[in-house]
Amino acid sequence: MTVHTVIGAGVAGLAVATELVNRRQKVQIIDCAGPPGPHNCSWWAGGMLAPWCERENSELTVQQMGRESIAWWSRYTNVTQAGTLVVARTRDLPDLKRFAQRTTGFRELKQADIEQLEPDLHGFSTGLYFAEEGHLEPRQALQDLWQTLQQAGVTFHLGTPAQEFAQKSLRWSGRVFDCRGLAARDRLPGLRGVKGEMLHIRCPDIRLSRPVRLLHPRIPLYIVPRGEGIYMLGATMIENESQDHMSVRSMLELLSAAYALNPAFAAADILEIGVELRPAFADNLPRIRCEEGVIFVNGLYRHGYLLAPALARQAADLALTHSKAEMIHADID
Amino acid sequence: MANTFYGLRLPSALMLGTAQYPSPAVMAQSFRESGASVATVSLRRESAEAAGQSFWEIIRELGVLILPNTAGCHTAKEAVTTAHMAREIFDTAWIKLEVIGHADTLQPDIFELVEAARILSNEGFQVFPYTTDDLIVGERLLEAGCQILMPWAAPIGSGQGLINEYGLRAMRAQFPDISLVVDAGIGLPNHAARAMELGFDAVLVNSAVARADDPPAMACAMMRAVEAGKLGRQAGPIAVRDMAEASTPVIGKAFLS
Repeated sequence: MTVHTVIGAGVAGLAVATELVNRRQKVQIIDCAGPPGPHNCSWWAGGMLAPWCERENSELTVQQMGRESIAWWSRYTNVTQAGTLVVARTRDLPDLKRFAQRTTGFRELKQADIEQLEPDLHGFSTGLYFAEEGHLEPRQALQDLWQTLQQAGVTFHLGTPAQEFAQKSLRWSGRVFDCRGLAARDRLPGLRGVKGEMLHIRCPDIRLSRPVRLLHPRIPLYIVPRGEGIYMLGATMIENESQDHMSVRSMLELLSAAYALNPAFAAADILEIGVELRPAFADNLPRIRCEEGVIFVNGLYRHGYLLAPALARQAADLALTHSKAEMIHADID
Repeated sequence: MANTFYGLRLPSALMLGTAQYPSPAVMAQSFRESGASVATVSLRRESAEAAGQSFWEIIRELGVLILPNTAGCHTAKEAVTTAHMAREIFDTAWIKLEVIGHADTLQPDIFELVEAARILSNEGFQVFPYTTDDLIVGERLLEAGCQILMPWAAPIGSGQGLINEYGLRAMRAQFPDISLVVDAGIGLPNHAARAMELGFDAVLVNSAVARADDPPAMACAMMRAVEAGKLGRQAGPIAVRDMAEASTPVIGKAFLS
């Protein structure tokens, strides 16, 4: 029987494998770095399923593709559907106004509504509430997909580079899906890395139930609750391809923004510092690209969890039914 | 000399920044629409050394002159180091010197600015200093070796336009032979046009284009505004009068009634 091969066990690769399994295909997954872990860009993600909010700074197609993500992820992992709250301090209200002009799917909240929704947020006179949005815990989501695939009989070949693996006489009878993210840049001209820095902090004194975005002209912040008083703070977006360290400036900015949200964050413990490079094309839109029999799924930028389901569906359809994918690009512009 | 930039004449009086666009592709399209002749690039924010390689490549491919800036620097020392880095990466003597005095308002620290301008000019840099509209600071910068002045119109990113038009007019009058560029605070095309009408040699815009709903369209609008303002200045505007002056004959009309 035909066996399809997925290279790369990050969010894109696992989603593609899942879509193939759902179509009763036999699948093997190769990742030279092992099971999902800190080497994956998607390990460090926010995990916000926020297609409406993302419209603020993205093309309409991101919103359209992202809308199927909540239902898709809910089949495999725990998705919290508590919406997203967007706020700004009084002097930054022009940024809130701009956000509202560029997005849909929200209702405007007054101070009392905000405090009812999130009692630990004080002093915000206006906010936007995107009730349809959700969030998940990225590491749990990767783990859950992994288990689902294992149970479905997918075989994993870990620790071996793909080329070496091929030489070991394996018959790659099916299609090959290259989902390696930035590691595939040698095959995908124009793919670049966009640096993102994030923090995990623990602050049991503060209770937030949903992702909160604090707008600022230069230092926007989002904060995602992970449960048990743990929060993810993110994320910088810097046109920089060095992922060695988080800068003091970035950490100061993220933490100052959190402090502006609620000064009680000053008492938080810093649990983890993450630095990653998001794979992106020049228009920050993803690509499904077919070349020499290999289907590349890449360029998910900061929308890994939001866009992986739609891209995986399109890639699987492309491979199995030769239907045209919406995001397919024969060549890179 | 006015209208030249360290000996260069620019085909367009619009300079465009490279920060804050939704994507590099939108940035590139905005540059095409703007006809801008100069791209400013923030070095410190987007990284030192070769780390921003892909982004630098995209900027080089714009095919315009690159003016690296020292945005984010708070001391003369930091700015000088950043200028050295910029010269390495972009192989240019041009440096847009920003020394920020206040992280929140982004107001320039003119004391550190003059100091850094002196050091860099002595080292052979061609300095484009981001300054206020203060005339004495302007004089000090020229003494330090600058041949261009870039006063703000309003705080960076505020989009307020020319909040002190008197100050900018005074600068033009005080420094008739120096190239003057309005650097910050432009929000609308009419702000850019007004600066050119006042006799400025160029206008630098970033947020107003990058954060517009349709950046390429706003880039195009800015280009036309700059051209309109410049042409209007060259065409010799009529003097402003207190009373309307009819341009058609009034004979036969009951104008004395």
